[in-house]
Order: sequence, then structure tokens, then C-alpha cells
Amino acid sequence: MQFWIIQGLNSLSLGGLLFLLSSGFSLIFGLMRLANLTHGAFFMLGTYFGATALRAYDGLNIWVTALGAGIAVAAIGGVFERLVLTRLKTNPLGQVLVTLGMSFIISDACLLLWGGDSIPVPTPQNLQSPTRVLGFVFPTYRLVLLGVAIAAAVGLYFLLERTRLGAMIRAGVDDGQMARAVGIPVSNLFTIVFCLGAGIAGAGGVLGGPILSAYPGLDADMLPLALIVVILGGVGSLLGAFIGSFVIGFTYTFGTALFPELSYIILFLPMIFVIAFRPQGLFGRLSA
Amino acid sequence: MKWIAAAVLTVVLALLPFLAGDFYVNLASQILIAALFALSLNLLVGYGGMTSLGHASYLGVAAYVCALLTSRYEFGHGPAAVISLAGTTAMAAFFGLLALRATGLGFLMITLALSQVLWGLAYRMSGVTNGDNGIAGLTRPRPFGVSLDNAASFYWFSLIVTSFAFLLMTIFVSSSFGSSLRGVRDQPRRMAALGFNPWMIRWITFIYAGFWGGVSGLLYVYYNKYIHPTSLSITSSAEALLGVIAGGSGTLGGPAVGAALVLLLKNYASAYIERWNMLLGLVFLFIVLVMPTGIVPGLGRLATAVRRGSR
Repeated sequence: MQFWIIQGLNSLSLGGLLFLLSSGFSLIFGLMRLANLTHGAFFMLGTYFGATALRAYDGLNIWVTALGAGIAVAAIGGVFERLVLTRLKTNPLGQVLVTLGMSFIISDACLLLWGGDSIPVPTPQNLQSPTRVLGFVFPTYRLVLLGVAIAAAVGLYFLLERTRLGAMIRAGVDDGQMARAVGIPVSNLFTIVFCLGAGIAGAGGVLGGPILSAYPGLDADMLPLALIVVILGGVGSLLGAFIGSFVIGFTYTFGTALFPELSYIILFLPMIFVIAFRPQGLFGRLSA
Repeated sequence: MKWIAAAVLTVVLALLPFLAGDFYVNLASQILIAALFALSLNLLVGYGGMTSLGHASYLGVAAYVCALLTSRYEFGHGPAAVISLAGTTAMAAFFGLLALRATGLGFLMITLALSQVLWGLAYRMSGVTNGDNGIAGLTRPRPFGVSLDNAASFYWFSLIVTSFAFLLMTIFVSSSFGSSLRGVRDQPRRMAALGFNPWMIRWITFIYAGFWGGVSGLLYVYYNKYIHPTSLSITSSAEALLGVIAGGSGTLGGPAVGAALVLLLKNYASAYIERWNMLLGLVFLFIVLVMPTGIVPGLGRLATAVRRGSR
């Protein structure tokens, strides 16, 4: 029983983490029709920033660190979008290829700067002691992480559904040309959404640090998970990314715990079913 | 004219071992393997308009199956090659069913996700694949009793296989099926209206490209006598894709030239710097931003411009 509950919680916190990663990917895809293959690298960059800051300054607040790293990664993403991606507006394939190139550059730069050893990220001190709920012992940090992911989902929902900016983004997702025609500055929205997505991924990287730690190849581990989440949930759909993240969180955690050698095949199964029966994803409106 | 040029090129390539030392002959073998791999990817990217970021799956799986069969289960090289090619082709058929549910970026994401799953499997399923240590101590086949262990004989073997593959792929794209494939790439709706089945045309091409990817995987594992999960990684797929695009996708020889350039760059660069991935990323940015149609078409346009200018 203890095993199932603990693994269930691990699944939920991994799902939350995956949501922080894939919501940005999905938003960017939805608005810009761009498969941003740099997304895993943005996440990893956040983790390395967080690891460096938290290890250098003892007692630094992890939330402040996540915010700072998120802003830093968003800035890098913004520069990349303005300098490179905007030049390739008419060339979707070229855009994907430069994001792939950029992910190689970032991951190799991380290897150069931080070396090949894995760097553990300390769990915040006030969250280190376990929490007892109904007689079961939970690691507090994972519970809080889940809470943060849900808060982020609610925040994103309000941003998209209840604000002027969100209304413009939705208009851009549904019909970019029409949105331009009524005077919505779609190319500025592209930059905003790209920065937002990169920033959430970077902040998620910091928050995932205490669980995953920073290591070379983290980007290559996270990117396929994000892709599978988005294929599963449907591109451009926040709800899809949310549900997909938890489905993959559970599949991956239980797959790894029960059949460690086959965890990747198990990861594959929900994706096959969705592709076979609903190729646009569970909640996808647009076909990729 | 084209055939004469091809024949001359083949003769020159065949004479290479008499002109160059073992180092260059081995380098040339690697180029042939990379070129075959890029040519198979070009069937999808260039002629089919299906940009796959998971083509390393076919190279890697064929290589792994062959390595496992010959080293662990004591199969002969002939049956091992047949089984691994059949397996890889069957896998391509299955992956094609999945990936071709989508087109464009969806196709790209699915092929990437599938290949990353295989890559993860090669790392984690260490009971079978030996994980990060890879499988070492493999042997090369002895077709008709000829040993391929020296550089020149392996080079000739690769040259025969690659030329044959190039010929068959050329026939494939110049056939009427090849025309319908290009039609489906450019105007899928019109082709469907004309009674063609775009999905089936794409699927057959996908399987055919997977098969040749598998052949290049066999050559790859014969050459290296070793296999490691990196051959399944996104870097491996990306190098081939860069070769295709740099050389000019949808041209017959372009991808071979592109793959040769990528391989030479990798070999020479890694002698001086350790940062191959960063260089690969920068080259990606450079090619896409500066030479989006590739080097071979770019040079072709340049040559036309020069000829026009001289008249």
C-alpha cells in the first residue's frame, strides 16, 4: 500500500513538472505553428541556473531562484526568437531545424560550463521534513511541487481566458491572418508567447532540480516526454497538456518502478493508442 | 551524359585505395555509409516532403539486431543480415502507420518521439543491449569467402553496396511511382482527386527509406565492429538531416555530398575541438539562414549564372 501511494505521489509531482515543461511547448506550437525542439534545453538551462545559484548562496529561496532563472531563460528565448526565428517566418521546416541546432548549442554549452558530472540541487530546508497525511509519510517538496504546477495551470488558464493578452493569443491561435487584419500585433505576441513558454520551462527546470538534479542529457530525457505529452493531449490545448502530463507522469513513474527495463516501451503505449484513434490528440482542435 | 559521368565517378572511386593510404580509405568508407544513410533519408525529406527526425532508428535498430544475433546468438552473418533487414523494414512499416497519421510538424514530432523511445530503450534495457557500454567485439562478414578486414576490401564492399543502393533509389524516384510521390509532396489534394492514394504512396516510401536506412546500419556496424546507443540518438538523425539539407534535399546526389561534408567536418573538427555538438548546431543555423536550398543547388545556380554571364 505504501508503495502505491508513494509512487502515486511521485507520478503526480512528475506530472506537475511535465506540465510546466509541456504547457509552454504547446502554447508556442499553437500560436506559432512551431515545434520548439529547444524546449528541453531551456528546461535544462533552468536546472543548471538553479543548481548554481542555490549551491552558491546558502539559504536562497527556491521560489525566488525559479523566478530569476525563468526570467533569464525567457530573455535568452526572446533574443533567439527575435534574432533567428522571425527571419524564418515563411519557412516552418527551417524554424524547426534552427531550434534543433539551438538545442545542440545550449546543451553543449552547459557541458562546457558545468562539466559532465551530475550536480544535485538541494531541497529547500523548510520542505525537507516529510509530511504525514492519514498515517502515510509524504516528501513535502513533491506535494508542494504538485501544488505549484496546479497553481501555474490555473494562472495560465486565467491569463488565456480572462485577460486581454489571452484573448489576443487565442485569436492568433485560431486564425493568425484574421487576427493581424483586425490589428492584433501577432509578431509581438509570438515573442511574448515564446518568452513565456521558455520562462515556464526554465522555472520548471529549477523546481525539478531537487528531484532530477542537473546533468548533461537532461534535455534529451525531457524533450521526448514533452513531445509525448503534447502528442497525447493535442497541440495548442492547455487542458490537453495538463491531462497528458499526468497520464505520462503516472505511466512513466509506475513503468519505471515496476518494469525498469521496459519503462520506455510502456511510455509508448498511450501514445500509440491516441495516434491510432485520435491523431489530433485528446483535446487538440488543430491538426499538426 | 549523366550515365557517363556516373560511370567515370564510379571508376575513380573504385581506384581510390590504389591512390591513398588506409586512413583516407577508411574515411572514404565512412563517407559512403553516411551518404547511403542520407540518401535513404532524402527519399522521405526531399521527394516525399516528410521531414523525419527519427531516421537513426533504422540505422540503429538494424545495427543492434545484427550485432546481437552475431555476437550473442551465434548466427552467421548471412542470416543475421537478412533478419535484421526484415526486422527493420517491418519496424518501418509499423512506425509509418503511426507517423503518417499526421503530416508536417506532427509527423516530425512523432518520428522524433519514436526514435527517442528507442534510444532510451537502448540505454535502459542493459540486459539486452549492454546499455552505455555498447556491444563490442563484433566481426565483419566474409562474403564469398573474401575477408573484409583490411581497409581497401571493406571500402570496395561499401562502394558496391552504396552504388547499388544509389542505382535502385535513382530508379525508384525516376519511376512513375517517383513522379506520383513528388506529386503527393506538392499537391496531395489534387493527387487524391486524380485517384492516387497519397497515404499509400507515402507509406511505401517510408518503408523503402527504412529499408535502406537499415542497409546503412549494417554497413555501419560492420565498419565499426561496435555499436553504442548514440547511433540511435537525435544527434545521429540530425547529422543525416543536416547532410540532406546542406547538400540539397530532393536532388539525387546532393545528400551524398552533404553527408560527406558533415562527416569530414566532424572528423576534422573533432581533431581540434571537443565541441562537435555545438559546431553542429552552429552549422545548422548557418545552413538554414544562409543556404536554405543547399550547397549543390546553390552551386548549380552559380554555374548557370556564370555560363549565362560568359555568353
